[in-house]
Amino acid sequence: MNRALNPESWQYRELNKRAPSLATLANTLIELAEAGHPVVAGTADLQHSNGLIGFARRFPERFTQFGISEQNMVSAAAGMATTGVMPYVATFASFLALLCCEQIRMDVAYCAQPVRLIGHHTGISLGFYGTSHHATEDIAIMRSIADLTVVSPADGPQFAAALRASVNHPQPIYFRIARGHDPVLYADDAPFEFGKAVVHGIGADLTIIACGMPVHPAKAAMEALNKKGHSVGLIDMHTIKPLDREAVMAAARKSRIVLTVEEHNVLGGLGGAVAEVMAEEGGGARLVRHGIKDEFSLIAPPTHLYRHYQLDAAGIESVAQSLLA
Amino acid sequence: MASSGANRWPSNSPGGRISDEQAARLRERARFVRLETIRLISIAKVGHYSSVFSCAEIFSVLYYDTMKLRQGEPAWPDRDRFLMGKGHAAVGQFPILADLGYFDKSWLDDYTRLGSPLGDHPDMRKVPGVDFSSGSIGHALSNGVGMALGGRFQNQDFNVFVLLGDGEMQEGQVWEAALSAASHRLSKLVAIIDRNGYQLDGKVDDVVAIEPLDEKWRAFGWDVHEVDGHDVAALANLLRAVKADSAREKPCCIIARTVKGKGIDYMETEPGWHLGYLAPEDEALAREAILAGAQ
Repeated sequence: MNRALNPESWQYRELNKRAPSLATLANTLIELAEAGHPVVAGTADLQHSNGLIGFARRFPERFTQFGISEQNMVSAAAGMATTGVMPYVATFASFLALLCCEQIRMDVAYCAQPVRLIGHHTGISLGFYGTSHHATEDIAIMRSIADLTVVSPADGPQFAAALRASVNHPQPIYFRIARGHDPVLYADDAPFEFGKAVVHGIGADLTIIACGMPVHPAKAAMEALNKKGHSVGLIDMHTIKPLDREAVMAAARKSRIVLTVEEHNVLGGLGGAVAEVMAEEGGGARLVRHGIKDEFSLIAPPTHLYRHYQLDAAGIESVAQSLLA
Repeated sequence: MASSGANRWPSNSPGGRISDEQAARLRERARFVRLETIRLISIAKVGHYSSVFSCAEIFSVLYYDTMKLRQGEPAWPDRDRFLMGKGHAAVGQFPILADLGYFDKSWLDDYTRLGSPLGDHPDMRKVPGVDFSSGSIGHALSNGVGMALGGRFQNQDFNVFVLLGDGEMQEGQVWEAALSAASHRLSKLVAIIDRNGYQLDGKVDDVVAIEPLDEKWRAFGWDVHEVDGHDVAALANLLRAVKADSAREKPCCIIARTVKGKGIDYMETEPGWHLGYLAPEDEALAREAILAGAQ
């Protein structure tokens, strides 16, 4: 077939053109490597999905293609780290956090190796690829592993800022990121500190505590509700472990309701972490956990799933509105 | 020798064969490993005697002949690395690490007691000289792949030796690592399989058959050698030759034919001794048997 394809047609290797923010990971690692940090990277047959192809082209000698062997990749990254390099390894969150859970516990966290694990396409962002490719348990699993920092950036700039901060972070890190289509919330120079939440406001009526992709729609929901005369705030809890307990308690003491919002099972995730703090510290606010209600997610395009699970702006606003009534 | 503190690799004759005197010394160090294993397990009152006894000569040859190490410097960056998939043999490794001056020998006297760095499995965060922790079987070869890759990234010239159990061949991750090592041409990586034939639930090849092992490793892209894992001279000469072969592009697998429980007759014939305890009178007889043994 010699005919040129319609410009609407596309194939896997052109993913980067369709979602430019996919390049955030590679571009930031290139920047760090060029600045002299001992960054190395690896993936398990997903170099276009996570954009690491860009890093591989710039620093081929620092890149390892592990093929479809995620457990081997995680264990090898830990071995590599013992030699003084800082490995960033990436694959789908569903495989990284669930399939490689024990390698992460034993070889990365227990051995205290500065490996940076990047679980991309997390939550339900892989839409109709189905439950095997969804990760609605990764926060719960990863945050129960001692000495592991767990971070869920809200957008590309915050992810880049977290990557930059990671070169001085002594502990291993699990990054939970989306699929690169996320709307941008933060400026490129927005400050970032592990364990320090970004407080967009504390509402007298309700404060939303969110992480990851839902932060952007939660901000829109907050603004819409405030326009209607409610007092609603928002905390971006990008670091789930160590959790910013002070930020949680600021909301628990000043707000009537705390609403956690996450692209994750409500059991054990951000909502669970906030519930633990509020149960221990008191504060008086009612806590409501919004997310996937302990069920396997449905099949649909991502935007349809976010609408179905009320994780888009309208859905979050509606959940909050029903609590304020 | 351990006490010399020098690089024991004979750099002027890297492929050279060991002398009778060196072989005698290596046999003595293997006896030391067995005797110390008995002593330490008498403190814990349970342990993996026979798992150590099958690889005592491998420990001895690696630590006292093959590996590039520095006395008292467990974190020397250019040292050769040693990892164990069969981490439950750590009780035989700890006395060597103390002997190399990596930690105080008095640590051994408190083996497994509350707060001791020394437990049934090796912990790199607690024990100087442990190059990587282990305990979950099947990870170590991948860890070794990573170390060899890291050495390449950093232009460091060290070898990585990974001791694997034969039952460990049943773990899928081993074969992921095997593919990966060959694909990345990790010629500094050497896997040694302690082919003692037994695992916890019985004979390895009755539990889940792994033969033909040599053909499998060859098919996965490795150079493969077989050796009597209790013959220190054969082991040492082979490892010297493997290490000296700078033209090799493949990782190397050594299948060491061994006897589980080697040195104690009833352990050699009863796989239940994978885990056990010797009461004082039996312990004394076991010591005598080891001292009287030809190995």
